[in-house]
Amino acid sequence: MTEQNRHTASEMLAILSARQLKEGQVVFAGIGVPLLAATLAQRLRCPGLTILFEGGVIGAFVEPGKLPPSTNDQRCTKRANMVLGSAEVLLLLQRGYVDVGFMGGAQIDKYGNLNSSFIGDPEKPKTRLPGTGGGNDISSLTNMIVAMKHEKRRFVDQVDFITSPGFIRGGKSRAESGLPEGGMFRVITELAVFGFDETSRRMKVLALNPGITREQVQDNTGFDLIFDDQVSITEPPTEHELITLRMLDPDRLFIA
Amino acid sequence: MSVGRDTVQPYQKLRESLSRRDRSLREKVVTLEEAASFVSDGASVGIGGSTISRTPMAMIWQLIRARKKELSCSRCIISTDGDLLLGSGVSNHIISSWFAQGILWGLSKVMRHHVEGGAARYDEWSHMGMGMRFRAGAMGVPFMPMRSMLGSDVGRIRPEAKEFDCPYTGEKLLLAPALNPDVALIHVQRCDAYGNAQIDGLQFMDIDLAMAANRVILTTERIVSNNQIRRAPDQTKIPFFCVDAVVEVPYGSAPHECYGVYEPMMKHLDAYVAQVNGDPVGGMKKYLDEYVYGPKTWNDFLAMIGMDEIVTASRRGRSIFDD
Repeated sequence: MTEQNRHTASEMLAILSARQLKEGQVVFAGIGVPLLAATLAQRLRCPGLTILFEGGVIGAFVEPGKLPPSTNDQRCTKRANMVLGSAEVLLLLQRGYVDVGFMGGAQIDKYGNLNSSFIGDPEKPKTRLPGTGGGNDISSLTNMIVAMKHEKRRFVDQVDFITSPGFIRGGKSRAESGLPEGGMFRVITELAVFGFDETSRRMKVLALNPGITREQVQDNTGFDLIFDDQVSITEPPTEHELITLRMLDPDRLFIA
Repeated sequence: MSVGRDTVQPYQKLRESLSRRDRSLREKVVTLEEAASFVSDGASVGIGGSTISRTPMAMIWQLIRARKKELSCSRCIISTDGDLLLGSGVSNHIISSWFAQGILWGLSKVMRHHVEGGAARYDEWSHMGMGMRFRAGAMGVPFMPMRSMLGSDVGRIRPEAKEFDCPYTGEKLLLAPALNPDVALIHVQRCDAYGNAQIDGLQFMDIDLAMAANRVILTTERIVSNNQIRRAPDQTKIPFFCVDAVVEVPYGSAPHECYGVYEPMMKHLDAYVAQVNGDPVGGMKKYLDEYVYGPKTWNDFLAMIGMDEIVTASRRGRSIFDD
């Protein structure tokens, strides 16, 4: 059995994302893989990680097997340190209390802009998607980690609509738009881990997942990728990481 | 894009409409049917709760039965309640940050049918944008400054959101215009007959919404005495003088959750989503005929959800307090 077959793509995303978080950080997490990854990091290496949810939760401690169906459900609050209003917890982002924002993505472009609003022309869309939720606020005000499936139709040259800003049009355009802080920090997929070039702000491959080639990553991406001078190979998920993750989500709500 | 009915109201108009409200400590208990008369056709309606949590579903159910028209509905995150509002023809305008069936079920085909076809508008704001709009409304100021929505297309396609250079620092800011709904619908765990409302757990944006609105209809799991409220006044989140009607509706958020009382009724929601996403017009009509127009009372609707579902949801809801 090869490395890739031992775990699902979602499990890989959750484990690699969890590795990006550091002890002591304050993390604003979205539902799905981000919630799972933040919880996994808390259980494995970072007991002092503080998780915030947009429903108004500070210091979440999600129980294994009782994952909430959204970040606005009562399960998010159990054993948390504090419950606030939604606007209050979002204002903590604006004030700067949060180190890392962490969410999933539907469509991303070379500058790390995310689209969850429209496919096609916003005036006459082919598909009206759900919209931002907290995504626009999180990505405007924090350093972002995005975990998403790697497909050519999702990794596009330019998104149809910037729901959640990354580096907008590259260079200094994010700061010039009125967002001097934060931006895209990491994009995690089942193929690779990406950062962003410091000057052009274009997406850059930092590490390849085990068994994945540069060509495979490029072939599944709708724009030309930059490769870091020192592209590394990611350590495969350990048994301990996988077992802990599967205990958190025994019904495979988010890791199927 | 045109500016909707959610335009900023002049301060004097806001004060006038508040001064006309009876703010005395008096009993306001009415039936669901009577409460529906507080909502006029064409009104802007703010909806409390978020996603599938503490949604005033019984009140929405009643507005559909009363065949209201052209409501403009705002909510911080809207889900199957938004489906029912559009699908029934009660609303043709949704103001929110997110509109889908819920995380576990994905896109709403009902929303897509109405919005992509142009029959209804869905105006998208960031989540904080919604919060700042209700907050400005609650504060009696025409806008709140904020930093998100700048640089994104969410801000670009909202002409009501203005970019502004700070007079102190010169920094770019975004002004979110006040939203003062004609009526707010809010469901709570308990309140007294005067409308002093206690909310357990997640408050979402309901306190600002209650203060911002020109009228408030409270539905509540149970009505308690004013003495009980006075024993824990720190738990009261909405004061009685913001409230115009109180309706006691046990399981008034069903099939959504109510913190500490019941979790979502998942079997009913699973079946609902399969039916309306499979056929956003016919499936919705069938659901409305069967579950909204069919039952004679809210309790009859609950009976159709079924005892097993309600007992399971209640056991899970109370488990928030179990160790």
